[in-house]
Amino acid sequence: MEIVRSQRKPVADGPPNLSLYRSAPPLEVRLEDFELYAIDRLRVLKGISDGLSRGKKPEEMEKMVSELWRANMRHQDASEVMNKDIISHFVLRLVYCRTEDLRKWFLSMETTLFRYRFRLESPESQRMLMAEFQLPYKALSNAEFESVKDKLGQVARSIGQPSNAETIFFKVPFEEVPELVASRRVFLLKGYAYVAMNQVVSLVVTQFRSNLSKALVLTNRKWTSTIREQEKERLTPIVEALSNSYLGPDYSQPKEFAEICLKDIDQLASNSFPLCMRHLFGKLREDHHLKHGGRMQLGLFLKGVGLKLDDALALWKMEFSQKIGTERFDKEYAYNIRHNYGKEGKRTDYIPYSCQKIISSTPGVGDHHGCPYRHFSEENLRAALGKMGVGGHALDDVMDKVRNRHYQLACTLTFEAIHAASCDTGINHPNQYFSQSQKILKSRFQPTT
Amino acid sequence: MTKEEALVERDGMQIDGGGPESRQVRAGPAGFNADYLKIYYGKLFPCADIYKWLSYGNDGKHPACDHSYFGRREFSFTLENDIYVRFQSFNNANEMENAIKEKCPFKIDFGPVYSVDPAKRHAYAQAGNNVFTPVERELIFDIDMSDYDDVRYCCSGADVCLDCWPLMTIAIKVLDSALRDDFGFNHILWVYSGRRGVHCWVCDARARRLSNEQRASIADYFRVYKGGENNSKKVTLTGPVLHPFLARTYTDVLRGFFEEKLLCSQKLLESEERCQKILELIPDESIAAEILDRWQGNRRSSISKEDVNKARWEQLKHILQTGKQKAQGLRRCVEEIIFSYTYPRLDMEVSKHMNHLLKAPFCVHPKTGRVCVPIDPDNCDDFDPTTVPTLSELFEELNMSGMRAESENEWERTSLGKSIRFFRSSFLHPLLKSCKEEMESSYSAKLQQSRNSLSW
Ligand code: SF4
Ligand SMILES: [Zn+2]
Repeated sequence: MEIVRSQRKPVADGPPNLSLYRSAPPLEVRLEDFELYAIDRLRVLKGISDGLSRGKKPEEMEKMVSELWRANMRHQDASEVMNKDIISHFVLRLVYCRTEDLRKWFLSMETTLFRYRFRLESPESQRMLMAEFQLPYKALSNAEFESVKDKLGQVARSIGQPSNAETIFFKVPFEEVPELVASRRVFLLKGYAYVAMNQVVSLVVTQFRSNLSKALVLTNRKWTSTIREQEKERLTPIVEALSNSYLGPDYSQPKEFAEICLKDIDQLASNSFPLCMRHLFGKLREDHHLKHGGRMQLGLFLKGVGLKLDDALALWKMEFSQKIGTERFDKEYAYNIRHNYGKEGKRTDYIPYSCQKIISSTPGVGDHHGCPYRHFSEENLRAALGKMGVGGHALDDVMDKVRNRHYQLACTLTFEAIHAASCDTGINHPNQYFSQSQKILKSRFQPTT
Repeated sequence: MTKEEALVERDGMQIDGGGPESRQVRAGPAGFNADYLKIYYGKLFPCADIYKWLSYGNDGKHPACDHSYFGRREFSFTLENDIYVRFQSFNNANEMENAIKEKCPFKIDFGPVYSVDPAKRHAYAQAGNNVFTPVERELIFDIDMSDYDDVRYCCSGADVCLDCWPLMTIAIKVLDSALRDDFGFNHILWVYSGRRGVHCWVCDARARRLSNEQRASIADYFRVYKGGENNSKKVTLTGPVLHPFLARTYTDVLRGFFEEKLLCSQKLLESEERCQKILELIPDESIAAEILDRWQGNRRSSISKEDVNKARWEQLKHILQTGKQKAQGLRRCVEEIIFSYTYPRLDMEVSKHMNHLLKAPFCVHPKTGRVCVPIDPDNCDDFDPTTVPTLSELFEELNMSGMRAESENEWERTSLGKSIRFFRSSFLHPLLKSCKEEMESSYSAKLQQSRNSLSW
């Protein structure tokens, strides 16, 4: 009997509640639960995606994630909680492994989820998780700490954190903590990043992300080669149903308004483009040029609304050649436009950017892409909205949303003001903005008999 | 005649009206033609050195050499009639040299090293997905003067002069020291782009193997500009103190260049319009008004003999940095202004992705006829884009000394000589030395490992 007891895991300050999802669970769950678990998890991930696109700050995200988790991932049977977590994760892997864009989305949401859940763990279990990842880092020795102490303090203050002599630091190759490097949240010296204990989440997340990324590619392979067939009766229908009902359209294939013509495009731009695209399109006409980020954002959008490749080439050429001549256009830019349509290079279809992607982009000098609600100064935004015909109360309401960093809601209010119609779903995608706008406008101009 | 004027004349450039400020680099088409270019590739272009460089030690006899390495590198040529040929590859120095001499490209670009020979990529594409993918690439930076048009008044677009060139000097200093001190890179090559900017090649093995995400993180580490074209305030520095990298950049480089050079040479506070532009960077309107008041007040008074730009700058600093203005937000204003007017502006896309092409060093710029020579970062203050050798000068130099017997290195007789010597001594040789060391140590580690596993 002794043996049995000692094999039991200690419960008191037990193992972390967080799984690294190393291996697929044994299938001891009722099939209905599969779907329900997956839907619950999807609610969490969609919530996270929403939060990110609103530009929520880390503290706000942390709170939101823990609330989402509590609301959706409970189970009346406490022993099932961990199972539900693991099973729902693996079911969604199957749903989201099938295209590069789906994988990307899932990877980024799961990684965000993991990050905030990790932050909520006790230091003790954080250390256990680090050990589980087998991260080879040792804490900075005293002598080494002394030699860089001032700089470490300076970095801490630069990101508004108290510098604390007690903090443990790890010295790691800068390649391991790209997100800390990108945001200048670490001190760098001769290729090493000095990572504070409260930042190790980055190390762990990098590891988590790269494991999951590899796993998703494998899952995809297994799915097409065996699982789909093997699970024909059980899992496959669930996975298919999930992907149909919850992924939403990706706008990569123009559907509803199969085509638009070059001659209508200015009209369409002023009636039905969201502000981000209106602005880019206007700049293209005005400057006869757009930098890389702008070309991608606008070009894929136009593809999504149904501009044919030949027309797209004609449009870009007509503008660019005024500035740089036709030869340079053909030489330097035509390739990329074809590439966006999947005609050259690796033949993937590029998918139009979602609001979330646009909002989180970082336009630099000379760039016009991004989301105006997020990236314009207040003054410029007011002027731009004025030109669209938004004024008075409506304008104040929009600016109010902007100040609270609800960019997509600001865009939704703009939509409603211009169209004098409500938009209950909210704006999530520039192409969705376009198609809803067209739907409304077309219904109005259709003669009613 | 001042030294600069002499140089200008020698270049055969026109000086368009007025003082030295309006002097611009504008070599006519005379600086460049296809016949000269053929001779240049035949006699001067350092093919063998380029081959050595891009082989990274894999061209030797060491058992750890990867003999397919050089052949997996993409070259792209832009030919005379604007034909653009991508995905070229060469198996050895000879093949490369022959192709260059024969096709006489107006521009040569280096791309990444791929998993397989890029010239045969179609054959592999049939075999399955993702076989053809970039596996190594120098970390590169591209800085272009035309991105600075809102902070220079001497020229715009493709033109550069000695008044705005210091902006490039700043970029070199800031990036070079951070790449070395912060990121620990050693093998860094700076190159004049031939016209209006500079390129940087970081060639350490570690740099070549960075993933796109890691490249992006480095580019972002250097990014201070936010908000794009539609936000007049482009630099916002947050936090109670600056990150050590920014603090050091500010005190070691930016402040000095701004106050000692650009403020006066660009006349940043001379006209009303320019003053207004700087005042726009101050978020507190009443303070901005106070400063404007002060500037207008003493327009005719004491500062006549002192430079007006300097005087106004001192007044602005005084108002912003004393007394109640020291409050949050305004404290940073002086720094933000200086950052806005001096901090390097990178073309981020180029640095973030492995598969970007970048013009090869020692190419000749077809518009200016100037050679893309290396720049010594330790002496970049002395670099003068208006004295970089042009194709026609080199041609003349060859002619002048042409009577003598053909020597093996004809470039030694021309003004390109010192650039090639510099390329070798301070970049190529140290690079190859460390490639060799790395190869040996990784090889012996591997041997050790296999020996250990055998003994089990
Ligand atoms: S919210 Fe979306 S659609 Fe609206 S402007 Fe921003 S990115 Fe464009
Ligand atoms: Zn100039």
